[in-house]
Amino acid sequence: MKKFMLDLIVKKNEVLNNQYSLLILTSHNKLPEMLPGQFAEVRVDHSPTTFLRRPISINYIDYETNELWLLIQIVGDGTRKMYELKAGDTLNLIFPLGNSFSLPEKKDARILLIGGGVGIAPLLFWGSYLKERGYTCNFLLGGRSKDNLLQLCEFERFGNVYTTTEDGSHGECGFVTQHSLLKASNFDYIYTCGPTPMMKAVASYASKTKANCEVSLENTMACGFGACLCCVTDTTEGHLCVCTEGPVFNITKLKWQI
Amino acid sequence: MANLNINIGKLQLKNPVMTASGTFGYGTEFSDFFDISRIGGIFVKGTTLRDRQGNPYPRMVETPSGMLNAVGLQNKGIDYFINHIYPTVKNIDTNIIVNVSGSTIKEYVETAEKLNSLEKIPAIELNISCPNVKEGGMAFGTNCLSAAQVVKVVRRVYKNELIVKLSPNVTDISEIALAVEAEGADSVSLINTLLGMAIDSEKRTPILSTITGGLSGPAVKPIALRMVWEVAQAVKIPVIGMGGIMNAADAIEFMLAGASAIQIGTANFIDPTVSIKVLDGINDYLDRHGYKSVTEIIGALEI
Repeated sequence: MKKFMLDLIVKKNEVLNNQYSLLILTSHNKLPEMLPGQFAEVRVDHSPTTFLRRPISINYIDYETNELWLLIQIVGDGTRKMYELKAGDTLNLIFPLGNSFSLPEKKDARILLIGGGVGIAPLLFWGSYLKERGYTCNFLLGGRSKDNLLQLCEFERFGNVYTTTEDGSHGECGFVTQHSLLKASNFDYIYTCGPTPMMKAVASYASKTKANCEVSLENTMACGFGACLCCVTDTTEGHLCVCTEGPVFNITKLKWQI
Repeated sequence: MANLNINIGKLQLKNPVMTASGTFGYGTEFSDFFDISRIGGIFVKGTTLRDRQGNPYPRMVETPSGMLNAVGLQNKGIDYFINHIYPTVKNIDTNIIVNVSGSTIKEYVETAEKLNSLEKIPAIELNISCPNVKEGGMAFGTNCLSAAQVVKVVRRVYKNELIVKLSPNVTDISEIALAVEAEGADSVSLINTLLGMAIDSEKRTPILSTITGGLSGPAVKPIALRMVWEVAQAVKIPVIGMGGIMNAADAIEFMLAGASAIQIGTANFIDPTVSIKVLDGINDYLDRHGYKSVTEIIGALEI
């Protein structure tokens, strides 16, 4: 898949709360095709402490309206600059980067997408892609409190939504892996993205229940396209770059102790 | 338009802009972004005799105006390069130069010997300055005797252009440059990364798995420029300058300080097309100042 470096235009930067915003980007030209699970390396201008680009998951793509969505969580100075962008600003992206989630073999597969915090970002695009192709999705989304549960209405367009919060302010109280859905149902395919301890717990559940499981990693990167070899993860094939061989990995390939 | 051709010893460059080892993969990673054959040369990823997995993650930290890396020469070994990568990169219409590293002198020699026979590899860059490996690497390059020794034995077996990449982690870089020149190095390239460190104060732990790593990016540029200037005055062989070059002005500064050509490193991560922008910028500069050839600005610093 050809990679591009383009200046995109901020169509809207919708503040979700004091930590998150939804950055809606567009272009005068047709946006290139991209796949769920892929990411963009975003150049952050006017932030003296931000030297490298920031890898951000592709949250959603709408080819009809020519919109590319990025879900931003303020983590440091770079993401704060992105949170503060205004309509009409431009943003330089290298994209689409990385691999994508893999489609289940059968249309009637029982599918669960589990996301935590800002890790839900690539799951919206993946859910829309699955629904478009006739699959039925379940989303299990978790956060510390209801402020960390994002885009619930968007997810509801593409499947059944279940939630957990650690403080019980929305959905079931606890971690995603404690949700009653996991005890009540079995799944053939589980896709997850979120904090590493959460993904490891999900991987452990998937492996016990013999579900096929893919995780989306977010290791620290310098380039994002396989030149620097900084973002490696340990796999059955040795050190592999998360940016080019991932970010999506099947758990059988990772050397996680689960 | 000025003449941009430059010779580094036996190595003929169509222009002085090249990309630094470990920052440009094997070139093909960048071919979506621009025509990579337009630049003067590509220094491919550090290559060792045998497969190396490199250091554990985390290997990189962003720092003020730069980054620390501790990749540790991850590569699949020279035989893999010859059998799987060379058949592709040999078709790129520019100089493909292999950066060679080793844990022992014997490994340097065996790797260099294997590269002798590759028709489309006109030069090697002997890496005696990698700060991220336990044995070899920088250990050879921080001492005149060991630097001279490794160059001497590689020189005996390697017939083409032999570039030696110098470490800045020394008291006097000119001494090392003179020592490798005396043993037959055709040119020197500098600087490799500066040894640095980062700490997570909340966790009270080092951030890199190796504790220390190599600092690169614009943060190191003034040091690199000073070292290129010192070495260019000390040696007779050509000097290839690098260290934090982000734009054409930076590249020109290195050439004025005495570099015959330059390498762009860390900047490739932020703008994969930076080398073409630097090339165009050098061209504009030469026209603007009425130079007929890029060779006129080498060492043209007025003091």
